[in-house]
Amino acid sequence: MSAGAVHSIETKNLNLWYGDFQALRNVNFRVRRGEITALIGPSGCGKTTLLRCFNRINERYGYVRTSGEIKILGQNIYAPDVSLIELRKTVGMVFQRPNPLPISVYENIVFGLRIHSPLFKWRKSVLDDIVEKALRDVFLWDELKDRLHVRATTLQLDQQQKLCIARLLPLKPEIILMDEPCSALDSEATLAVEELMLTLAGRYTVVIVTHNMAQARRVSHECAFMLMGELIEHTRTEDLFLTPKDPRTADYIEGRYG
Amino acid sequence: MHKQRRRWEVIAEAAMEVLIRLCGVSAILFILSIFFFVFREGAGFLFGGFDPREFFGSIEWYPTSKTNVRYGALALIAGTASVSLLAMSIAVPFGIGAAIFISEFCGGRLREILKIIIELLAAIPSVVWGFIGLTVMNPIIMRLFDAPIGLNVLNGGIIVALMSSPIIVSISEDALKAVPDTYREAALALGATKWQLIYRVLLPAAKNGLLAAGLLGVGRAVGETMAVLMATGHSINIPHSVMDSVRTLTATIAAELGEAPVHSEHYQVLFIIGILLFSITFVINLTADLVVRGIRGR
Ligand SMILES: Nc1ncnc2c1ncn2[C@@H]1O[C@H](COP(=O)(O)OP(=O)(O)O)[C@@H](O)[C@H]1O
Ligand SMILES: [Mg+2]
Repeated sequence: MSAGAVHSIETKNLNLWYGDFQALRNVNFRVRRGEITALIGPSGCGKTTLLRCFNRINERYGYVRTSGEIKILGQNIYAPDVSLIELRKTVGMVFQRPNPLPISVYENIVFGLRIHSPLFKWRKSVLDDIVEKALRDVFLWDELKDRLHVRATTLQLDQQQKLCIARLLPLKPEIILMDEPCSALDSEATLAVEELMLTLAGRYTVVIVTHNMAQARRVSHECAFMLMGELIEHTRTEDLFLTPKDPRTADYIEGRYG
Repeated sequence: MHKQRRRWEVIAEAAMEVLIRLCGVSAILFILSIFFFVFREGAGFLFGGFDPREFFGSIEWYPTSKTNVRYGALALIAGTASVSLLAMSIAVPFGIGAAIFISEFCGGRLREILKIIIELLAAIPSVVWGFIGLTVMNPIIMRLFDAPIGLNVLNGGIIVALMSSPIIVSISEDALKAVPDTYREAALALGATKWQLIYRVLLPAAKNGLLAAGLLGVGRAVGETMAVLMATGHSINIPHSVMDSVRTLTATIAAELGEAPVHSEHYQVLFIIGILLFSITFVINLTADLVVRGIRGR
């Protein structure tokens, strides 16, 4: 891994099949380090599928097959010596529906540390500091500092989603993948999460899937448009929206695909 | 014409409803009348002459003695408890393990095949299990442990474990399946191994269902009759090791009720044993049911 590399994620001729159905076709995609890149496109075009390749969580399903190459921080993640566990530590993921584990807020945040060093005896004061730092980073500390031991699944949805971001941070990820992180939230909470994403940029590389073009415009530096498993166009966000090169991109951003 | 048909439909519908309601009510009626019958048969002695201290505290079970009649059921209780305990210490880990394997490690085809096998296991009649205990397990235990007889707690425990596994497996599997997939993805995406996912997320999240599975297994074990009658050696005895023969509460009723003169003390004591068994399984099943309901209510 070269520290100064411009791109955090790089795919070459990536194809993916669910059984016989090809969901990704020859995707060549590069994500700039420290920036927010948005993936847009109509529902079913393969945004989630592409995102789920980057931490190889797609492989849960036995019937998924891929070909091509994915490099994360210069490392081919399909190389035989790659540890899935280390990969997922480096590449965190936030899901469409907030999915905190049914344990306390505190335990959700330290869950990653506990599973990555199962034999290490964490000092309580160390963990306390880590929890506070993570919650401060997602602007939840003031709301939750007195409720660290309530079950995380009882929080409001937007708090749950921010918690799902916070629990990635103690693992010091390089990349954070977000799959429509605001689709379950109301507009006010959506704005708050977007603000949070902007503060994460720079420290982390963020890839966000969204079907909300206004959101892509608000938060992303670069934007990629997908259609039926193909990556159609990928450029700086303002260019994509103002001067799309491909007529299909133009059609989509003008709302002709519904 | 049209009107008439509607009327006919209405009548048919009402009749069906009455019939279905009758079925439901009769199920409750049957249970109540069984309980009433068992209770009535035992009641006379239960409230006149029955000595609970002897019943629960003494191992002397001489129901047919001419001079020294004793109704101490302690050894029988110990027999039931020892067989159930051994059976559960085999069946609960095995059943939950199998459920984990089925729900988390195997896909489509293999999963269906395993579930069918488990169901077949549940369909084997009790007496066939007893037969296996007598003719298969007995010589194996005698040879392996160099014991004079292989009809004992070990034999009965293994047989009852096999018999109660299917219910434990299928309820545990339901409990695991009920854990939302989003929890699995959350843990895996954080870098959990399959094993960490199981013991840190799935087992805690499914623990009520697993508890219910265990309880229903216990209920099954305590109530089992024919197989333990054939496999445990039929000797009234507080066991000191799994190689000892015992006799259970259920086996005692099955063996003695036919010979006890109707309405004699002996006959009534056997019904009191029935009441005891009924109460134990009722409490266990009720607890399991409440535990399961607790999950749904959340
Ligand atoms: N687990 C799966 N099994 C089979 N097909 C899937 C699965 N997930 C997604 N697909 C299919 O792959 C295509 C892309 O889906 P997805 O990546 O979820 O699209 P998007 O996130 O852009 O809406 C869709 O046609 C969808 O039906
Ligand atoms: Mg999607």
